[in-house]
Amino acid sequence: MAVLPVIEAPRYRPPVLDIDPALAAEWLVAFLRDEMTVRRGIRDGVIGLSGGVDSAVVAFLAVRALGADHVHCIRMPYRTSSRDSLDDAQAVIDALGCRSQTIEITAAVDGYLQLEPDADPRRRGNVMARTRMLVLFDQSSKWNALPIGTGNKTERLLGYFTWHADDSPPVNPIGDLFKTQVWQLARHLGVPARIVDKAPSADLEANQTDEGDLGITYALADRILDLILSGRSDEQIVARGFAPSDVGLVRRRIEGTHWKRHLPTTAMLSNTAINEFYLRPVDY
Amino acid sequence: MKVAILQTKPRKGDVEANLADLGAAFAQLAGAPEPFDLIVAPEAALTGYFLEGAVYELAFETELLAARIASLWRDAAGAAPVDVALGFYENAGGTYYNSALYLHVAGDAHHVAHVHRKMFLPTYGVFDEERFLSRGRRLQTFETRFGPMAILICEDAWHAIMPTIAAIKGARVLLVPSASPGRGLGAGGELESVLHWRSVLRSYAVEHGVFVVYAGLAGFEGGKGMTGSSQVIDPFGDTLVAAPALGAQVLAANLELADIDVARSRLPLLGDLAAVLPDLLWDSELVPHATPPGAVQR
Repeated sequence: MAVLPVIEAPRYRPPVLDIDPALAAEWLVAFLRDEMTVRRGIRDGVIGLSGGVDSAVVAFLAVRALGADHVHCIRMPYRTSSRDSLDDAQAVIDALGCRSQTIEITAAVDGYLQLEPDADPRRRGNVMARTRMLVLFDQSSKWNALPIGTGNKTERLLGYFTWHADDSPPVNPIGDLFKTQVWQLARHLGVPARIVDKAPSADLEANQTDEGDLGITYALADRILDLILSGRSDEQIVARGFAPSDVGLVRRRIEGTHWKRHLPTTAMLSNTAINEFYLRPVDY
Repeated sequence: MKVAILQTKPRKGDVEANLADLGAAFAQLAGAPEPFDLIVAPEAALTGYFLEGAVYELAFETELLAARIASLWRDAAGAAPVDVALGFYENAGGTYYNSALYLHVAGDAHHVAHVHRKMFLPTYGVFDEERFLSRGRRLQTFETRFGPMAILICEDAWHAIMPTIAAIKGARVLLVPSASPGRGLGAGGELESVLHWRSVLRSYAVEHGVFVVYAGLAGFEGGKGMTGSSQVIDPFGDTLVAAPALGAQVLAANLELADIDVARSRLPLLGDLAAVLPDLLWDSELVPHATPPGAVQR
């Protein structure tokens, strides 16, 4: 008898990190309009433009949602920031025709850090990030605008951000998109290719890259994160061909940073404790 | 039967403003050349869906709400008769439900033909309904001037047994007020949650030979975008009209109720089910297991 043809299903459900970028853009533009204009009656947004892909994507979305005249892109270089970052941020401003400003943070940062000459790079980076947030909120006050956040899901899950700095703007369109999904969206929106293709960097120290800091590529981290968030055990993830060391690294980072994704822990003393018993949605 | 779906985008918690919007929509519909027989509005249409503890401040006593809606209709359309189905949070003497009413208004009179209390309260992931609300305990059909109908609210309609029971009990039209936060960007073209809705609603229409009228809430609530996507599906499984996910919208459709009999004569699955159902129900293995068989310990 002839051998029957066999059609075999893939052993594992394929990863689902591919997005429909046009649908994502439409959804996120509607999100920005509803949350800013409809709910809060605020027509303007302020974005800290780093020269990286996250803030570029947010700027592109914001201009679609609010119009170029209502988007204030602010470059905030420190004296050690790379020239390339500043130029790439300018390329976004030029592409969008939005309002823009360059506010050097060196004097503010050094004003404090000269009192702390022994601060290590991590502390110095945190001071820079928190100073940038101070500027964004103050500029928002000045323009009757709202700061728009630019943190992506990968950095939020890995805890790779400064708490109450990068994560503090009241609205964030890309916080539920993994980094590799932000790249997909960036290409769709027409973010300059140079920005999409370069190695992501916090640019808080010389020659710093995210993937160097993290010890894993985003392409790998995102797939592992997706599996962890879907409820897969480490054994199941390793069975799909991922290195145990990579799975362990991602698992440790996510398990060690749950606190960074919450508001401060408040001692509960009553049965009217805020957000424990007294529960109201953010848009109420 | 001429049906309008109001895909509303309420302002969170601002009941008076949302009632005013409902009145404006009534005026728009009352001005149409052909009168509407039934107007269907989504789950939580007058408050928004995610209320947490504020639900106790915003829940309506059914008769008071019915009187307000009837009054809005009279202001817009005078003595013209209409039926209205609308989702709301219900305060039943201090017990709170996620409910939908079916109201008939004619001249100076109105009466509530039915109140369905949502039975499946999603309390997982982004959902937290049973923390604040009580479950409805019965799925009933009810008589209208257009024949028997049933209401299923949102997750009620994600359990195939619910439309099945409704149809077995005689419902010929299923009204599905819903508030569905969108998720899933991987499918292409539409959100995965929207595609899931389309798939289940169509399967119910075809299997039971019923019209399905789905009214979806729209607008973002604290980052969660409600996926509108209101639609009417006929008993053959064809979508008569469909709304986009985003934005407030009116959908209008004429339901040729005789199609129900035609569809059921072509594909008599409901009759077959009625014949077999007693055997299926007379089954000692249907007693729920404490632990579902086949569950794997991770």
